[in-house]
Amino acid sequence: MIVLDNVSKEYSNGVAAINGINLHIERGEFVFVVGDSGSGKSTLIKLLLKELEPTTGVIRVNGVNLGRMKKRAIPKYRRKIGCVFQDFRLLKDRNVYENVAFAQRVVVTPTREIKKNVPAMLSLVGLAEKYKSYPKQLSGGEQQRVALARALVNSPDILLADEPTGNLDPKTSREIMKLLEEINARGTTVLVVTHDQAIVNTLKKRVIRMQKGIIVEDAKESGYIG
Amino acid sequence: MRLSTIGYCFKQGFLNIWRNKLFSLASVATMAACIFMFGIFFCIVENFQHFVKEAEEGVAVTVLFDEGTGEEEIMELGQELLSRDEVSKVVYVSADEAWKSYQEIYFEGDPEAAEAFLDDNPLANSANLEIYMEDVSLQQNLVDYLESIDIVRKVNKSDMIADMLTGFNRLVSYVSVAVIGLLLAVAVFLISNTVAIGISVRKEEIAIMRLIGAKNSFIKAPFLIEGMVIGIVGAAMPLIALVILYKNLVVYIAEKFNVLTGVMQFLPAGELFQTLIPVGLILGVGIGLFGSVFTMRRHLKV
Repeated sequence: MIVLDNVSKEYSNGVAAINGINLHIERGEFVFVVGDSGSGKSTLIKLLLKELEPTTGVIRVNGVNLGRMKKRAIPKYRRKIGCVFQDFRLLKDRNVYENVAFAQRVVVTPTREIKKNVPAMLSLVGLAEKYKSYPKQLSGGEQQRVALARALVNSPDILLADEPTGNLDPKTSREIMKLLEEINARGTTVLVVTHDQAIVNTLKKRVIRMQKGIIVEDAKESGYIG
Repeated sequence: MRLSTIGYCFKQGFLNIWRNKLFSLASVATMAACIFMFGIFFCIVENFQHFVKEAEEGVAVTVLFDEGTGEEEIMELGQELLSRDEVSKVVYVSADEAWKSYQEIYFEGDPEAAEAFLDDNPLANSANLEIYMEDVSLQQNLVDYLESIDIVRKVNKSDMIADMLTGFNRLVSYVSVAVIGLLLAVAVFLISNTVAIGISVRKEEIAIMRLIGAKNSFIKAPFLIEGMVIGIVGAAMPLIALVILYKNLVVYIAEKFNVLTGVMQFLPAGELFQTLIPVGLILGVGIGLFGSVFTMRRHLKV
């Protein structure tokens, strides 16, 4: 599903964020990418979203070579990838329903389908009751649930989560991770970038550890990396 | 694009304007000032050209012929001249008619003085052609051509009127182009600023849209609509004001300065505004769209 072949990314200031990594993620896998700040985790997410171009190497997602993808094909490609971030990135002037509906509006989904899909997705993340609330009226965990609902409403093949528990307490973090597991169980490939070792230890999943732009360890279903 | 998507883009466009009220208002006001000035100059130029047209009908070039030139020859030349674009009318004045006209002017109230000439016509060689111009600015070309014809003895023309009319017309055009150009630049600048602020306010939303997979057209549409709406509102207001103002002004001038009505006939409002309204609206929408596109190219990299 996701294949990185000798991929490097060097920024214009000369900093090498990623240095010749090879990675293979199967369809339906749940993968953690861990590492300290500056290890290249976020750059990896940006490369997969085609926000950045690799300096060298080839990235293939669903068999498509991203380097050969035409600019006008990028929006369609991104529709197959859901993403959530540490800072939630919700629209503060819109309520929960509108935030989730926004993702469907953007991909030109008919209104009657939006009216059906959004409540279903809010039920999945446990926020059906709070559809009228605005982000500032929600807790961090609830805001991340809204972000998840928004990421999933267009039924993506892959879910990229960049530090999804970074702003949450341990209990809420566990709830979010449980939700991610449920999403994965439904067939979505999940890639979680985190430095929250406790979360990684709890779930027995594949863990890729990065350091200074290279993969130093790839522990398939080992759970803990010390 | 779906109807609901178009509706959504329009809603976002209007929201942009509303969120950014002060700048939107400034843009609409400048646009209104621009179109208002354009409208005023348009009215002046159109009416002036109308006056010139009427005045030109009274401006004639008189061609006198060599002694012994026959009436047929003169009439033949008259026909030829009539086929020229710059000529609107050619009148043949026979020697007798010329003398009669002369008597009417110079011996008015003293018919005995004219009778002293008995049947002897002192203007026997003054059969002439009066040529009326379609376009007075081309008078010199015609005069040059006439003077090159063998049978022509003399060409009388009034350079002063022709020069004055064309000169003034040109002056009004230059001034109006300069003022409108300046106002257009200010309008584009203000619309560009309004859209730029809208883009910076919605920076986060645009970033999310990109990540979710919104097409460029979907991201850009609200800003295009914003520019277009500012353009339409900014153009419609001064056009309505101009229609009311023009109608009242024409009536006022006709009432207060009825001496002028014989000399100057204003263009009817209907005739004037059937051109000015579409031109003004197209100009408004055009400036609005240009301001948006120009700003998006600089600030909205999608």
